[in-house]
Amino acid sequence: MNKIGLIIKREYLTRVRKRSFLILTFLGPILMAAIYIIPIMLALNSNTDHLRVAVVDESRWFEERFNSNENHTFVTMHGQPLDSVKEMVKTGVFDMALYVPPTQLSLPSNAVVYSIRQVPLEMETYISGVMEKEIEAQKLMAQGVDPKVVNAVKTDVNLQVMRMDDKGNEKETFTEIQFVLGMVLAMMVYFFIMFFGGQVMQGVAEEKNNRIIEVIISSVKPFQLMMGKIIGVSLVALTQFVLWILLTVVLYVGFSAFIGISNPEMLSSGTLMSQEITANDIMSNESVQSILQIVHSIDFGTIIVSFLIFFILGYLLYATLYAAVGSLVDNNTDSQQFTLPITVPLMVAIISSFYIVNNPDSSLAVWLSMIPFTSPISMMVRIPFGVPIWQIVLSVVLLAATFVAMTWIAAKIYRTGILMYGKKLTYKEIFKWLKYK
Amino acid sequence: MAVISINEVSKKYADHTALDRMCIDIPERCIYGLLGPNGAGKTTLIRILNQITAPDSGEVLINGEKLCQKHIACIGYLPEERGLYKKMKVGEQAIYLAELKDIKKAEAQKRLKVWFDKFEISGWWDKKVEELSKGMQQKIQFITTIIHEPDILIFDEPFSGFDPINANLLKDTILELRDKGATILLSTHNMASVEELCDSITLINKGKSILQGRVGDIKRQHDTHKREIIIRTSDIQPIFALGDTYNNIKVEPTDIHDEVKLTTYSESPNELLQHLMQIGQLVAYKEVLPSMNDIFIQEVQSQNQAS
Repeated sequence: MNKIGLIIKREYLTRVRKRSFLILTFLGPILMAAIYIIPIMLALNSNTDHLRVAVVDESRWFEERFNSNENHTFVTMHGQPLDSVKEMVKTGVFDMALYVPPTQLSLPSNAVVYSIRQVPLEMETYISGVMEKEIEAQKLMAQGVDPKVVNAVKTDVNLQVMRMDDKGNEKETFTEIQFVLGMVLAMMVYFFIMFFGGQVMQGVAEEKNNRIIEVIISSVKPFQLMMGKIIGVSLVALTQFVLWILLTVVLYVGFSAFIGISNPEMLSSGTLMSQEITANDIMSNESVQSILQIVHSIDFGTIIVSFLIFFILGYLLYATLYAAVGSLVDNNTDSQQFTLPITVPLMVAIISSFYIVNNPDSSLAVWLSMIPFTSPISMMVRIPFGVPIWQIVLSVVLLAATFVAMTWIAAKIYRTGILMYGKKLTYKEIFKWLKYK
Repeated sequence: MAVISINEVSKKYADHTALDRMCIDIPERCIYGLLGPNGAGKTTLIRILNQITAPDSGEVLINGEKLCQKHIACIGYLPEERGLYKKMKVGEQAIYLAELKDIKKAEAQKRLKVWFDKFEISGWWDKKVEELSKGMQQKIQFITTIIHEPDILIFDEPFSGFDPINANLLKDTILELRDKGATILLSTHNMASVEELCDSITLINKGKSILQGRVGDIKRQHDTHKREIIIRTSDIQPIFALGDTYNNIKVEPTDIHDEVKLTTYSESPNELLQHLMQIGQLVAYKEVLPSMNDIFIQEVQSQNQAS
């Protein structure tokens, strides 16, 4: 036991002292902050990015329908030929020109946007949305529906989602927040497993290729060395994680203070928060009240606890596999065929998370969050949406049990693999190692 | 009593038998040579002694006790495939390896200092391993093998990578350790060092022991009765004629104009000697026992042909 402690200590200290650890520690939060700050910066600067759109509408149906706002202005060009309007776009009088040809209700509608630069997706959706609505209205009126009725039919729905639990408590949920949170958590687990699992693999391969392995395992059992390394690296991961959180908080506070100074009126009016949320495209302008409501709607306790459990167990499971693979690697070129079985389930989990995040309670999502090789990622996608406690417990138990089983298998492979040099290995051969005494 | 006794130890791998009912008794305070061609099973046997692998059948006794976890502390092992962490500092690494052998840090530091002085490497304490030459690394590896002062030492090709001066230093150190009471198992292909160092040997081929015993006894057993005679005479011509008279005799001139070398394989060279003494002055008469190198090749080849 004492020897495992020594190994953990060495693994931890040599890694934490590395320059790459320091760089990553500082770069991580800066990247995270950048992801957070850049949209805000863009949002704050978006006023300068005002779009002027010239509308040449030969059907004359839509020209009054496009509303200007702080982001864009629509200018109707009555009876001007398209070519001269295009010329104005070229010379920069307008950013783009929208051309609608004469339209008949019975025919499909066409419209063309001419622009020098890329047309923002937002603009495209807005234009086609307005046109579709208008054509619908025109068609209804052509069928003899009273224009008043048509106007009365136009409704904006404010969909509120209430989540009930078995005690009948209702809670408002905010899908967008859960969506982002789920993806971020899953990405973090994925990244940590890949990155630190890879470190375990490299460490094992290094010891093998250094030929120090036999010196060490004449003093300690291979299993102790393997577990010492895995635990040592996991402590490095946790250290990094904690440092990241601390630094991110520091950066956030620093940035908020900076924004506060440069935009005192925003801070005082309390709209800073909602501005940021807008920038993140999470929801449109709302009062601070509803922001707080959102924050309260998230069960941070469950999320943090389950993140730690799934991250640690998931890392441990994959780290044993990475250790086994590291023991098979003679030089880096032939590691590919053995890392593939590890990366495939991880890839499946991360790719399917795009589906899961839209259908967090679908049977595929439930299955993936139970299967131990995908559960650390898939479950994290679901957690912010709320997962029945029995599912979490079952998933954790399955994951832990698989970890124990894989450790046993990995230890067998590791023990033989670390002493194998210059031999082409096949899966069949590795399977035989499991039976060695 | 034997310090290490290996009884009927067998080990099979998927496609071949690495050890087949191997029996070796290694007495106390001796240097025991473990010889054999590549792939004979030496490394497997050594790994079994170090509990890196377990035998399929048979047992190993250390001082009469069955080999178990606690014996790891009383064995020092220098593997053939050896290395160090390249990025770690020399001193730090030596202490780490000593700590893994259950030596307290302060004690390890004290002992390492003595050995570093003896091997004249004190100046390297704070250098990174990657800055050192291979020979320098070998010195550090040797020191870390013996730092916990084990009763049993296992050296696998300890001399590889050493220049003659350092090889000599190592040789003297090994003899010194033996004299202090350690039992040493030496696996090597360097037959000259076997003759210089080993008291007894076992020759392994294809997982089986094919020759065992004291080095002197083995040489005597393999005596081909080869004797070299040097005779001095003013007229060397009659001696060359002797080749026709006696069987199994070879006559060669030497670098010295009036001396001739005769090689005989006769079991009773007295008659020849008497004859020679009448012709000239006997300068030398030497028994030429086969070298361990010759015995190694002869034994392994004859066994390989038999099978």
